Amino acid sequence: MKQTSLGRFAKRNAVPYMFLLPWLLGFFILTLYPMARSLFLSFTDYNMANEPVWIGAGNYIKMFDQNRLTGDPLYLKSLKVTFTYVFVSVPFKLVFALLIAVIMNRKLRGMSFYRAVYYIPTLLGGSVAIAVLWRKIFSKDGVINYIISALTGIQDLPGWVSNPKYALGTLIILTVWQFGSSMIIFLAGLKQISQDYYEAASVDGANKVQQFFHITIPSLTPVILFNLIMQIIGAFQAFTQAYIISGGKGDPINSTLFYTLHLYNKGFYYYEMGYASAMAWVLLFIIAILTMVIFRTSDRWVTYGTGE
Amino acid sequence: MEVRTKRKAATIATHVFIILLGVGMLYPVIWMIVSSFKPNNMIFSDPGLIPKAATLSHYVEGWDGLLNVSFGRFFLNSFFICGCSVLANIVTCSMAAYAFARLKFSLKGLWFGIMMISIMLPAHVTTIPRYVLYNTLGWMDGYLPIIMPKVFATDAFFVFLLVQFIRGLPKDLDEAATIEGCGPTGIYLRIIMPLSIPALVTTALFTFLWTWDDFFNQLLYIYSVQKFTVPLGLRMFKDNTGNSNWGAVLAMSTLSLIPCFVLFFSLQKYFVQGITTTGIKG
Repeated sequence: MKQTSLGRFAKRNAVPYMFLLPWLLGFFILTLYPMARSLFLSFTDYNMANEPVWIGAGNYIKMFDQNRLTGDPLYLKSLKVTFTYVFVSVPFKLVFALLIAVIMNRKLRGMSFYRAVYYIPTLLGGSVAIAVLWRKIFSKDGVINYIISALTGIQDLPGWVSNPKYALGTLIILTVWQFGSSMIIFLAGLKQISQDYYEAASVDGANKVQQFFHITIPSLTPVILFNLIMQIIGAFQAFTQAYIISGGKGDPINSTLFYTLHLYNKGFYYYEMGYASAMAWVLLFIIAILTMVIFRTSDRWVTYGTGE
Repeated sequence: MEVRTKRKAATIATHVFIILLGVGMLYPVIWMIVSSFKPNNMIFSDPGLIPKAATLSHYVEGWDGLLNVSFGRFFLNSFFICGCSVLANIVTCSMAAYAFARLKFSLKGLWFGIMMISIMLPAHVTTIPRYVLYNTLGWMDGYLPIIMPKVFATDAFFVFLLVQFIRGLPKDLDEAATIEGCGPTGIYLRIIMPLSIPALVTTALFTFLWTWDDFFNQLLYIYSVQKFTVPLGLRMFKDNTGNSNWGAVLAMSTLSLIPCFVLFFSLQKYFVQGITTTGIKG
């Protein structure tokens, strides 16, 4: 009796699990095991050459220890740089994406062409080529300064990339520049808003600005929530652009030392792999907490339309 | 009549605004392309987009590459990695997606939940143990650490994209095929895969682009110049000849973007589809 039900169980599951097998193996070998392992390593001193040595919360304490010898003063710096980057670039990016989407959301000839043009920075922005270009055009003798001088007459402009005050700004501009995919998502969201709302509002005498704040924005809040979370998760993990533009070290004077850059240097330059694992877990924790907070507070500002 | 002229004026104003902003946004890219044809001494003194003199020498010099390795080699290496990744993702992600979207099995809800969570997981929590694992397997300085995760469908993102697509396909065909005696494998191969081509194209497209631009993993796992990919070659090229020959750096940067341009303009609608159905990051 038991045999047959087991047999039926196996028969029912064999084929589906065959389809699921590559993903399932990947999950256990390349996700679950590495996660458990890096959690363990985060409590150890480990450099790959020797066996990991248990040091308890040592790595986690080290992050917040400002002493040069026992701690890692650069950790808080990298946290600050990353938070600044995320909380400046993401809002700007989304506001831009939304405004342009609203402007584009009309029956214009050539709309799909415009949409394509605005997507090009997103298409190319993650590449080393664009990072190299950015570093060059924002340098002291770069073309951006040339244009600013020509327009305003101001000479002796700083090298934006090499000045610690502005270097992070160039990276933020590079990120905001890539608002294309958020814009496309907003455009899709705008198409879902019923025209009846706008017609009713204009009958009631609401002008365009009022309509924007009372119809467009509330109707789009689910899309805004989605974009916000995806962009924040992505921004915390930004690496390539910071690596290339800062020469791999977060230069000048650590002003662009992104969290991921610091993690990379700790793990794969100094081979402090236990510490780097701990950093990775704190990053996961930060992202998880932020996502949760945004979700929890979202019922106060996200409105879901009734019946689709 | 007056309303109509007003509306027309608004439309024209919108066009002008969108075009001006678009030109401003694309200026750096256009400047790069144009400058790659300018003689070196004219690149940085000239913000203009019409070169006063044109030369192909940067492309010739750049293509020679570095340390006796031509840029062509970097391109071949990148194409190889991207090709394998695309193939792997199409096969394994669609298999998992088919199971989730169409088949009934034990623990399905649990696995699906895990798959969805793994989309949001920052890669860094697995990076170090994976590095150690690949090192133990002797995969360092090779392409396996980049390709194998795709063979195991770890890009859960595409699984989700394909699940969404397959769920939207009508079930009548599956049922008809079942009556005809077709099993799940037959349905997957003969019905689901052919009907999913749009979503598979989107998967292939983004797999290609993200692998092409995946600097982090390539930096981590590839050391010898012979095996360098385009991003690694570009970085080395910038570090070594950046000060002497910027024209060549810009020329190779321009070349490195061509595959993305070609894919984008030939398969534009799949981009929009991919972005709107899943909110692909960017």
